[in-house]
Amino acid sequence: MPLEDYEIIIGLEVHAELKTESKVFCGCSTKFGAQPNSQVCPVCLGLPGTLPVLNKRALELTILAGLALNCKIAEHTGFDRKQYFYPDLPKGYQISQFDRPICYDGFIEILADDRDGNEVKRVGINRVHLEEESGKSVHSGTGILDSSYSLLDYNRSGIPLIEIVSEPDLRSPQEARRFLEELKRLLEYTGVSDCKMEEGSLRCDANVSLRKRGETRFGVKCEIKNMNSFRAVEAAILHEAERQAELLDAGEQVEPQTRGWDELTGTTVFMRSKESSSDYRYLPDPDLVDLVIDAGMVEALRENLPEMPGQKRRRYVEELKIPEYDAELISGSRNLAEYFESVVAVYNGPAKIVSNWVMGEFLRLINQEKVEIEDAKISPEEFAAVLRLVDNGTISGSVAKGVFEEVFRTGEDPESIVKRQGLAQISDADELSAVVDGIIEANPKAVEDVKSGNHKAIGFLVGQVMKETKGQANPKVVNQLLRDRLGL
Amino acid sequence: MALTADDVNQIARLARLSLSENEAESFAGSLNGILDYVQKIDEVDTGGVEPTSRVARLSNVVREDRVEPSLSTEEALSNAPDKSGEYFRVPRVLEINE
Repeated sequence: MPLEDYEIIIGLEVHAELKTESKVFCGCSTKFGAQPNSQVCPVCLGLPGTLPVLNKRALELTILAGLALNCKIAEHTGFDRKQYFYPDLPKGYQISQFDRPICYDGFIEILADDRDGNEVKRVGINRVHLEEESGKSVHSGTGILDSSYSLLDYNRSGIPLIEIVSEPDLRSPQEARRFLEELKRLLEYTGVSDCKMEEGSLRCDANVSLRKRGETRFGVKCEIKNMNSFRAVEAAILHEAERQAELLDAGEQVEPQTRGWDELTGTTVFMRSKESSSDYRYLPDPDLVDLVIDAGMVEALRENLPEMPGQKRRRYVEELKIPEYDAELISGSRNLAEYFESVVAVYNGPAKIVSNWVMGEFLRLINQEKVEIEDAKISPEEFAAVLRLVDNGTISGSVAKGVFEEVFRTGEDPESIVKRQGLAQISDADELSAVVDGIIEANPKAVEDVKSGNHKAIGFLVGQVMKETKGQANPKVVNQLLRDRLGL
Repeated sequence: MALTADDVNQIARLARLSLSENEAESFAGSLNGILDYVQKIDEVDTGGVEPTSRVARLSNVVREDRVEPSLSTEEALSNAPDKSGEYFRVPRVLEINE
């Protein structure tokens, strides 16, 4: 039977690196891209006799993440040892949290899979816990299977991670992707994580099972690992659902397995069976003391929470009167939203004009020049100044684009660019008359069209004058001059 | 609930130890002896006492988020049985078993 006759049940486990300067249990730097084994010390190398001490900021960021995901915050919590052998884990155990996660029982809201796409769906967050990252292995040969040895870099060992576990509330690959996008937005907004999938600071595993529509019990699930983009998550879940549907259709059983997503073939491949999965023998880590998180600490952090994307979106529509589409796009990135708000604050005109320029020229140049918003040379004041030069008739809209680009590249004051390059708009009728006459003479066909009643053709003539004056003519004055000349 | 040789083999497997049949039997005996001894603690009435995993009455020991000097790469690698350039080198890892 077709996949549509099954309900896909998806739960996600997301690991996000916390944005701290130093590691979670020692003072080594967390900076990305350093020379191998240059940011390591006895603690994160797992040498005997060393003592981990918790980074306060890592704890605060974990609580912030919990607040952003509407979680409850545990009053009493602490760390446990998760024990397994793997070369990237030098101590033989990972410091993690077992039965006392710092945050639990939360939710985030995403757009559900209904046809008009307006229904909001609540996806449960089971828990958010704090743990340490492992080291990085580089396998010799073409892959882990034919490698004769592996190389280990422990720079990542001990970087603080949060693991966010969703409830199995997601019902389609698209919903899973939207969940991740919203999660990423929330973590970026709160400054909890950079969420750079390409640097491994955001990673996702998915638990997928199927059941016939109408069935209330869950089916047997498989875990998929190794998906390194949102697109891959969507594709891998779809592929896994199809694989399970084929098995069920053939009257076979789905075996509980861990499977890996293979980007090249677009399939999931068997990694290990769940029955043989390790027994982690969690135990409270005797090297670390327990944590008591009081309400005062939580409230102080709550006050530090920035306005969330959803709140911004609503405020933009209601107070700034910009369209829903603009509000959604701009509030999607905290940096973009803050830049937009700074421009609106110093510009006295409608916010809609600002959102047009932000989504148009500004983002076009940001993408084209590959610069980060916070590094843009054009300050919000200069941005507003360009808009004001258009508003007061100093320059035309088309010249403004060129000026904007120049300010974007150089950070030079817009007014001085206009003066230096002589870009001021020509509104003087006498000055424009000669050009208008010349255009009328050179375009007899268009003139005939206008005279015979096709008033739209006048736009063409205005355009020709603008071209002739390199965009500096005041189009209103040109329009009036043409109308006078052609007797309209 | 006495430990069986199977339990001992499972524990040994998790610790990457290989035991002969005789050893498994003999360790089961010694471990059961230790467990019996520790079981004496069950005689204490702990009703109404919160479980604890540590004796030090300390909580919330934290450090500020400040970068401190790391070891040099040479120092970090100085005790490694095998290395390659700036890396620790270990025997092949094989977890995928298709």
